[in-house]
Amino acid sequence: MAKDRMSGAEIVLQALKDQGVSHIFGYPGGAVLPIYDALFGQNDVQHILVRQEGGAVHAAEGYARSTGKVGVVLVTSGPGVTNSVTGLTDALMDSIPLVCITGQVPTHLIGNDAFQECDTTGITRPCTKHNYLVKNVDDLARVLHEAFHVARSGRPGPVLVDLPKDIQIAIGSYIPPARVVHKSYKPRLKGDPVQIKRAVEILAQAKRPLIYAGGGVVNSGPAAAQLLAQFARVSGFPVTLTLMGLGAFPASDPRFLGMLGMHGTYEANLAMHGCDAMIAIGSRFDDRITGKLAAFSPHSRKIHIDVDPSSINKNVPVEVGIVGDVAHVLEDLIKFWKSTQAKPDAKALKAWWGQIDGWRARDCLRYQNSETIIKPQYAIQRLYELTKGRDDVFVTTEVGQHQMWAAQFFKFEKPNHWLTSGGLGTMGYGLPAAMGVQIAHPKALVVDIAGEASILMNIQEMSTIAQYRLPVKVFLINNQYMGMVRQWQELIHGGRYSESYMDSLPDFVKLAESFGAVGLRATKPSEVDGVIKAMIECPKAVIADIMVDPKENCFPMIPSGAAHNEMLLGPADKREQPISEDGMVLV
Amino acid sequence: MPAPAPIARHTIAVLVDNEPGVLARVIGLFSGRGYNIESLTVAEVNAAEKLSRITIVTSGTPMVIEQIKAQLARLVPVHKISDLTTAGPHVERELALVKVRGGGEKRVEALRIADIFRARALDSTPESFIFEIVGDAGKLDAFIALMAGLGLVDVSRTGVVAIARGPEPL
Repeated sequence: MAKDRMSGAEIVLQALKDQGVSHIFGYPGGAVLPIYDALFGQNDVQHILVRQEGGAVHAAEGYARSTGKVGVVLVTSGPGVTNSVTGLTDALMDSIPLVCITGQVPTHLIGNDAFQECDTTGITRPCTKHNYLVKNVDDLARVLHEAFHVARSGRPGPVLVDLPKDIQIAIGSYIPPARVVHKSYKPRLKGDPVQIKRAVEILAQAKRPLIYAGGGVVNSGPAAAQLLAQFARVSGFPVTLTLMGLGAFPASDPRFLGMLGMHGTYEANLAMHGCDAMIAIGSRFDDRITGKLAAFSPHSRKIHIDVDPSSINKNVPVEVGIVGDVAHVLEDLIKFWKSTQAKPDAKALKAWWGQIDGWRARDCLRYQNSETIIKPQYAIQRLYELTKGRDDVFVTTEVGQHQMWAAQFFKFEKPNHWLTSGGLGTMGYGLPAAMGVQIAHPKALVVDIAGEASILMNIQEMSTIAQYRLPVKVFLINNQYMGMVRQWQELIHGGRYSESYMDSLPDFVKLAESFGAVGLRATKPSEVDGVIKAMIECPKAVIADIMVDPKENCFPMIPSGAAHNEMLLGPADKREQPISEDGMVLV
Repeated sequence: MPAPAPIARHTIAVLVDNEPGVLARVIGLFSGRGYNIESLTVAEVNAAEKLSRITIVTSGTPMVIEQIKAQLARLVPVHKISDLTTAGPHVERELALVKVRGGGEKRVEALRIADIFRARALDSTPESFIFEIVGDAGKLDAFIALMAGLGLVDVSRTGVVAIARGPEPL
């Protein structure tokens, strides 16, 4: 064992090492220089130098989501912190485990408006799961180990440790991460057997059941996804997934109805509307899912499994709430299902599947393809078809139409391979997230399905990608508009395209080249396959600029303020008044 | 459409680590999520274990009250939460300091009412009194309302503290 007296900065490095951290994402500055100095003299923890702190947080999110480990960020005080706030909020909304270590001015200057000072714990209190300001070097090791524990356990989330510069220099005691038993923080893993029993009773009586699973299944770990598949198999129930849940159930399974929600499939949304029993597993009845709350799944008895008690009965009251980790609860639920020999009404279930197949026959994702102009759906479909043989494909996205098309047309068989900003909807997430994924999986095919507006928000990270020779592929769905803004303006604001068109976009091929990457471009449908193949085969980073139909809209769509059974299926399905007055105020 | 859920007043006791920022976490939670705070009191109650007790009086529909409790439980330094309103009988007390200015008949009347309410005079000058009154919030409201006609110039209230009846701790 090494010495147990060391500087605060050395304690940070030792704690990272003992927590099994191999990579951190960061950007130096005055208030973290002692930690950067400690980094310099060691090889256990590799630092990835980003180009803006926001990129570091999204990269750590990508790293965390694709590995199941805690992502680690190191930034300086003041602007380093404020630049990180978007990423921290993103991680909080999507339950991504992060530890963010921030430099702070020395303790005696706190509150004096010192250079690059900000109230870090104050600013980040609402956008972290928890945060700490360490004012005594002897607390530092315990706080760091506790931060990792809080970040990864229960409902995962970002935890911030603010570290004044004098604490980084002070000499203190190091303690190893012995089993952390927190005084007050004790997330519940096992579900209440009484509630699990009630859930099984309701599900066994169901005539039109539905499993509605979300990102909590992914966060619970690979076992949870396997148990979900097992439960679907033994029960014969249909499964729909949220945007964050994609991959938690194999897309190729005939029981899968596709994604639900605002841009979900017809069959998934009508099944939500028509079911008589619903089990929500690690999903949170977000407004993108429920649409109009008063008309949401009006005839169903509802069961909700979630590790976060505050998710239960927040938006939608449920009959049975089970607080616990998805894998633990599903394991008990399947055991109980089998031991009671639960047998749902086979005839009713068959009729239910018949109804679902009828909805499926509408083929809601169908679009009008073109021989002359690239349809964005076609481009993503081809990307999927030309990569589906591989099992090492990771997809990140930015935010907007391309994100929804990616969710609709790219099929995922396994969890942790789909990374998108679901809750916060952060434009600029995809490129740095892809970078983080590629760091964790150097040989994998990592594709950022991007929009040209979003990617410009963090385009500086192309320089990081170049520095670390990361073969990240950017599949740019370039429609020269903020497509989703344009779509809403068309549908809701009378086609007044206020500020949603971007003039003077860069030449993305030249931009790629200027960062030492390869630029490719497709302008007609016949060029798409060739560009995709060249992109995949290229050993370097690539920006594939896919010039798509600028006017294409993303369907199906539940207009804001509408119910699941009021979906718009396509451009021909326009209504007199697609949006109610109540819906106008919604986002 | 079902009838709107009834809004009720709840007194919630929260046991937290007495550490910097813990009150900001609780208050930030209420303001950030749009919950009401009618009153909030906080003080350390266990020096050995560094625990503070927060008493919050809030109001909301049953679903909102359940959310408030669940959201409080999510805060890392929170040890225990009890909704005293639903947990059973409990005692609530609040203290107010009430300053009244005046002379003559009004001064005599103020003293007479203070006596009825068992308020104590803590300070007296030829033209003013400071009364200390303890009771539930309703009693304080009534006393203050009566003093309004008798030269009320200043009020300071502690907010509600509460504890469950019977032998059990929180």
